[in-house]
Amino acid sequence: MTRYNKDFEELMALQFAIVELNLFLDTHPDDEQALRDYNRLVEQFEMAKKAYTEKYGPLVNFGYGKSKHPWQWVNEPWPWDR
Amino acid sequence: MFLYQKTLQFPVKVETTNPALAALILEQLGGADGEIAAGMRYLTQRYYMPLPEARALLTDIGTEELSHWEIIATIVWKLVEHATDEQIKNSPYAQHFANHGRNPFPHNAAGVPFTAAFFNAKTDPIADLHENMAAEQKARATYEHLIRMSNDRGVNQTLSFLREREVVHFQRFGEMLDKVQDYIYSKHRRRDDNLDYHRIRQEHDRYGMR
Repeated sequence: MTRYNKDFEELMALQFAIVELNLFLDTHPDDEQALRDYNRLVEQFEMAKKAYTEKYGPLVNFGYGKSKHPWQWVNEPWPWDR
Repeated sequence: MFLYQKTLQFPVKVETTNPALAALILEQLGGADGEIAAGMRYLTQRYYMPLPEARALLTDIGTEELSHWEIIATIVWKLVEHATDEQIKNSPYAQHFANHGRNPFPHNAAGVPFTAAFFNAKTDPIADLHENMAAEQKARATYEHLIRMSNDRGVNQTLSFLREREVVHFQRFGEMLDKVQDYIYSKHRRRDDNLDYHRIRQEHDRYGMR
């Protein structure tokens, strides 16, 4: 049994597409289509991150998401425990 | 600086307990062509690249390698997490267990601990980008060996993803090598000259040469 869920996997999938476009843009900085795709996915990713953080707590440490009480960063599951 | 995002880059859904497979997959955790060697190699090469986009690419791929290292450690952990002493005793993971227990300690499949001597960096963008391309191909070959040795469907899905990333990184490094060569050879020197990358970098900063 794994502890993956739909919210989490969608977030991962979106970010993977962004990583791929980011590397592509590093060697093709003038590609307007890739840049449009990148910016569109970043918008979706930002919404997904916001919804995820609201529901489960901070996704990134050191100031990239607010926590409810008590401090949610320490909550399970950690990625290797899913 | 580095931040931690509380996800893996790709799901790790191990289906079996298999210490023998864990012992093989350690190759990509602490081996010569493994993920930590890749991450350290690229992140230390960033400082002297003559093009800002080359610095970006090394930062980005270097960072992605650290997340691959985390994926490999997670696979190894999940393969041994629930193993009984009996299962470990009768597998090649027993040698690892004697020292490290279930810790996914970075050594290779033969038990040689990770060392920075596994890779190299020369302050020479042409030599370094070639090293990187070779490293990506060697890592791809290792993943193909591991996939052939594994019967765990979940493990193989993740290893296939990592194998594909080697192919993409090879492609991106090849493109960057072309750009760096064009830049160096067209703006500065003839191909056979001895290049002073520090000077080229300073000229780039001074005149914004591209």
